[in-house]
Amino acid sequence: MIPSKFDYVKPASVDEAVRALVDAGEDAKILAGGQSLLPVLRLRLAAPSVIIDLGGIPELRSISEDGDRIAIGAMAPHHDVMRDGLVTQHVALLAQATATVADPQVRHRGTLGGALAHADPAGDLGAVALALEAEFVIVGTSGTRTVTAADFFVDYFTTAIGEGEILTQVRFPKYTGWVSHYEKFNRTAQAWSMCAVAAALKVDGGTISEARIGLTNMGTTPLRAPGVEAALVGQAATAEVVRAAAEHATEGTAAPSDADAAADYREHLARVLTGRAVLTAVG
Amino acid sequence: MAQVRVTVDGVNYADDVEPRMLLVQYLRERLGKTGTLIGCDTSNCGACTVSLNGQSVKSCSVLAVQADGTEVTTIEGLARDGQLHPVQSAFNECHGLQCGYCTPGMIMAAVDLLGDNPDPDEHEVREGIEGNLCRCTGYQNIVRSVQRAAQMMKPGSGVTSEPAPVAGGN
Amino acid sequence: MTTTAEPTTLEFGKARTRKEDARLITGRSRYTDSITLPGMLHLVVVRSPLAHATITGVDKSAAEKAPGVFGVYTAADLGAEGIGLPCAWPITPDQKAPPRPLLASTTVSFAGEGVAVVVARTAGEAKDAAELVEVDYDPLDPILDMEAAAQDGAALVHPDLGTNVSATWVFDSAAAGTGDDVAAAISAAEADADSVVVRRRFRQQRLIPAFMEPRSVVVDPNGEQVTMWSSTQVPHILRTMTTVTTGIPESKLRVIAPDVGGGFGGKIGVVPEEMLTLLVAQKLHKPVKWTETRSESLLAAHHGRDQIQDLTITAKKDGTVTGLDVHLYADMGAYLGLVGPGVPVLGAFMFNAIYKIPAYKFTCTNVFTNKTLTDAYRGAGRPEATFAIERLMDELAVELGRDPLELRKQNWISHEEFPYTTVCGLTYDSGNYEQATDRAVELFDYAGLRREQEERRRNGDKVQLGIGISTFTEMCGLAPSRVLGSLAYGAGGWEAASIRMLATGKVEVITGASGHGQGHETAFSQIVADQLGVPFEDVEVLHGDTQISPKGLDTYGSRSLVVGGIAIVKAAEKVVAKAKKIAAHLLEASEDDIEFNAGQFTVKGTGQGKAIQEIAFAAFMAHDYPEDMEPSLDSDAVYDPENFSFPHGTHLAAMEVDTETGRVTLRHYVCVDDVGNVVNPLIVEGQVHGGLAQGIAQALFEEANYDDQGTLVNGTFVDYTLPSAADLPSFTTEHVSTPATSNPLGVKGVGEAGTIASTPAIVNGVIDALRHLGVKNVEMPCTSQRVWRAIQDARGTATQETPVDTHSPGAGLGSIDPNNPQGEIQ
Repeated sequence: MIPSKFDYVKPASVDEAVRALVDAGEDAKILAGGQSLLPVLRLRLAAPSVIIDLGGIPELRSISEDGDRIAIGAMAPHHDVMRDGLVTQHVALLAQATATVADPQVRHRGTLGGALAHADPAGDLGAVALALEAEFVIVGTSGTRTVTAADFFVDYFTTAIGEGEILTQVRFPKYTGWVSHYEKFNRTAQAWSMCAVAAALKVDGGTISEARIGLTNMGTTPLRAPGVEAALVGQAATAEVVRAAAEHATEGTAAPSDADAAADYREHLARVLTGRAVLTAVG
Repeated sequence: MAQVRVTVDGVNYADDVEPRMLLVQYLRERLGKTGTLIGCDTSNCGACTVSLNGQSVKSCSVLAVQADGTEVTTIEGLARDGQLHPVQSAFNECHGLQCGYCTPGMIMAAVDLLGDNPDPDEHEVREGIEGNLCRCTGYQNIVRSVQRAAQMMKPGSGVTSEPAPVAGGN
Repeated sequence: MTTTAEPTTLEFGKARTRKEDARLITGRSRYTDSITLPGMLHLVVVRSPLAHATITGVDKSAAEKAPGVFGVYTAADLGAEGIGLPCAWPITPDQKAPPRPLLASTTVSFAGEGVAVVVARTAGEAKDAAELVEVDYDPLDPILDMEAAAQDGAALVHPDLGTNVSATWVFDSAAAGTGDDVAAAISAAEADADSVVVRRRFRQQRLIPAFMEPRSVVVDPNGEQVTMWSSTQVPHILRTMTTVTTGIPESKLRVIAPDVGGGFGGKIGVVPEEMLTLLVAQKLHKPVKWTETRSESLLAAHHGRDQIQDLTITAKKDGTVTGLDVHLYADMGAYLGLVGPGVPVLGAFMFNAIYKIPAYKFTCTNVFTNKTLTDAYRGAGRPEATFAIERLMDELAVELGRDPLELRKQNWISHEEFPYTTVCGLTYDSGNYEQATDRAVELFDYAGLRREQEERRRNGDKVQLGIGISTFTEMCGLAPSRVLGSLAYGAGGWEAASIRMLATGKVEVITGASGHGQGHETAFSQIVADQLGVPFEDVEVLHGDTQISPKGLDTYGSRSLVVGGIAIVKAAEKVVAKAKKIAAHLLEASEDDIEFNAGQFTVKGTGQGKAIQEIAFAAFMAHDYPEDMEPSLDSDAVYDPENFSFPHGTHLAAMEVDTETGRVTLRHYVCVDDVGNVVNPLIVEGQVHGGLAQGIAQALFEEANYDDQGTLVNGTFVDYTLPSAADLPSFTTEHVSTPATSNPLGVKGVGEAGTIASTPAIVNGVIDALRHLGVKNVEMPCTSQRVWRAIQDARGTATQETPVDTHSPGAGLGSIDPNNPQGEIQ
């Protein structure tokens, strides 16, 4: 119930935060919304020596339009993201998926950046960021770099964020006018996704002109389903087309097996849920 | 030690705390606000729900130091001037509690929900309190309580039920 | 007799809102963990991560030097090596019952068993130091499969016992003289072309009671009496058993159960931590608190269910049931709980349920494994029995091509047949299964849903509909003491009550029942208000403190109203009898001419009278009262029930099953329960709702599983999946009443009904939705994966087994390997 002892630092700027991180060495942990970190600390599954709280850097909470991008500060809480006018208009899939994350209390504290940096393959937002080709702005001692979603997710709980680096912003291209849906499947309302599918599509005159499909919990990282995307593009958005395309959902996946779903069942779900996600998106 | 200045249920506090102290521990152990309860380690049960700057949070998943500079309302600060909050009254009226352990968190979650959506349907109530576990009621009377409170809080709704006085004073 | 309950007096039957709510909705509750005493220390238990191991060493030195630490103790340090927690229910004379140690000294027998305790100034410091206690283990192979463990030659949990079988308990209706020989019935059916024999194996998965308030104990050793606050259902039993266990004189111990946050049987035990907190407090002469974390609670507080049921039912092809044979394996875990071995025995009398079954035999083998012990969980034995028979009636209906409701009706005890003595020798005093069923069928639109089901089947809809039925009864109101004696139970089943008439006419009611959410204060006040003719508000119900309520047997087994409530009625009758004497004296009338009604004693045929409050004041003043009595109205009563009570009801569930994903959705649930007369319909409805949720959760959501090393894989609420509001619908609940004839209020008890009834209704509904696809069974909980696999199996599509024993590598918190936490967790 009570975490191990740690020192606490609350920097007022990103630069300060980076310095604090470097000073603290490898035993430091970044505290964003804390909705995964604090339970882990309380269970004493982790015992960092220093906690660096990003809660004192207001600019990390901002959501703004930046040309053809929507730029979301890493510390923007889920609650804000899912209701923000820019997000719902231009990145509706992110708003939809965010609304399924945990519960209202957790969404008040939990943040977009925290969830993505945590990189739990069962987390809902990685598949969205990947499918929507988000860019991750990472700041370290040597400056700022931008990493594509495809490069960001490295492995189970592992991202491209290096030692002494902090994720500060996630930038989503605009998908204005696209249709989308996040189809989530879990054991109970509180449970993490057993499998989920993020789908965003551009439909012109009944024909799918572009498709982005992301998969949650079908490997050690969020995954894209290029086979499905390819099978959809250029086709009419009919149930038959979608069902056939969904058969490609498991190509290149490495579904984990656990008590909720062994790999074969998870693969089956991925196909079924892909079909449903796309059909719901296109209405 | 880290310093925390916080307003809890209308009273200002300034304390030195261990950084590892959770907000819920601070409330219970330092301020004696034992009305807020702890039911799990994983932020599933929601028993510890309080309002932080007007938003419901699980106080087991917030460090006390993170609450520095904020305003916290707990179940103990919900009744004002000896009058129960309508959500409290409705829980009594609709038998929305049995053992009472989930109740403070459930009420605080319901207050937040109704602030956000003053007239939720059953589905919205159920989704709105999904972060709070109850083992006694099967939730049905909790849902009724929340909807009843919504009715009571509606301006000009014609519901006469005034907030009930707090039994035994406050 | 068939009536709908009529309120007989002003308070009885009134939907009073609860008195106890005021403090609970305002945060003025007093749960054990909220108690802080001056100088209080905190105790943390060092627990074994291994299920089965020899302890080769405990190094306390680093922990003892840690900041704030007052002491680190093993069993030997506390002189507790010889202390074992007793089992109160030797179900057979030769039952093997190794005493459960307070802390393991040489061998660890389940993961989560305590090895040492750390006592420190704060809970945080105690936890910090606990991590520094180094325990060396030599791992042993864990014994985890109860069926394999019961076989000759199996490796042993307790080698000195020579077996893993704790006891085998048999009820045979032929031997008891209450029915025929079931072996003969089965042979006859097998030889008879006009009969069928249906054999099934069902699994009652292991569940965790998961009360919302984690257990907590505070012991203050200073004072004439040692005071122990505990989050317990059973303060009186706890006091007695603490004496039996530690030798502290009963008179030197005061036990208080303050506000208790749910129990459901899970707080019926007397646990090592209570004894350890006492021993440490006595040793250090300081108040000590122990509060478990949720993970500890899931790991080490007792579990429930966990049976394998092998069942054989025989019937004539016309549907008449001719015999029932039941073989159980029941997993006790590593030790016997306080009443754990008796849990299956409580079910033994309920497999025949509402049916007229001429031949019946029940055999239960209780088995030790290297798992957390099992004990009572809401329903205790009766949900298991009800599940078995109600699933079996559906299976039989399929075998015979009959409507499952019709088949039940053909075999159940009709309302004209009450009182009815069953094949187990129990006498059901009242009931009307037709009435409850007819009303449920009407509310449910049974015929309409059958039509819809047919249509969906015909259309091959992706989402299929199933109708689940459970026509249940239970025995509750535990229990007639003599019956318990005949079952070798280690206590009686009576309950005590006292009523104190205060000088000002207010009333204090003391009950030995110990409420923890049931609404005792409200319902008992209603009863007393009627009995004494005083305002509801003038009645104060006191309980849960052995100094205030010195005598009692506490709350479990749906007994509070039907035993505790009747004790209160008996005490009230004595108050009235005493008051009548004083009234006659003061009114200068013969006692025979005094009538008592609604709080007024009046002289027959005159307008003269006195209120009970006036009599109470007169008794207090004692200036003028009869020679042959003491000046007091206060009265005590102990009520020992003459029989169990037998609530029943018909529960119907409309289940939708998505055949693509296996997802099960409860669309609609109707239940009509007969719990006899109802004191407070609001409280009864609440009990039914909560009971349903727990029974449904067994059917759909919950299971406690161990991996092949004996590690619990559902060790947090992330993995032990309780339903939230978003996982359940609203239920349609109604009640009908055939009043119990075994008690003066005609009440039957309601605490466990919903849990007992609902599980088979849900599972029957799931299978009914899939039966036409060839699905014959789905094990509980009916998760989407299990349902999907059942469908694949029925189609002949080979799939792998449903794994239950693996940690979830990709599911949030459960995904973090405790031994190797890594990654950028933010």
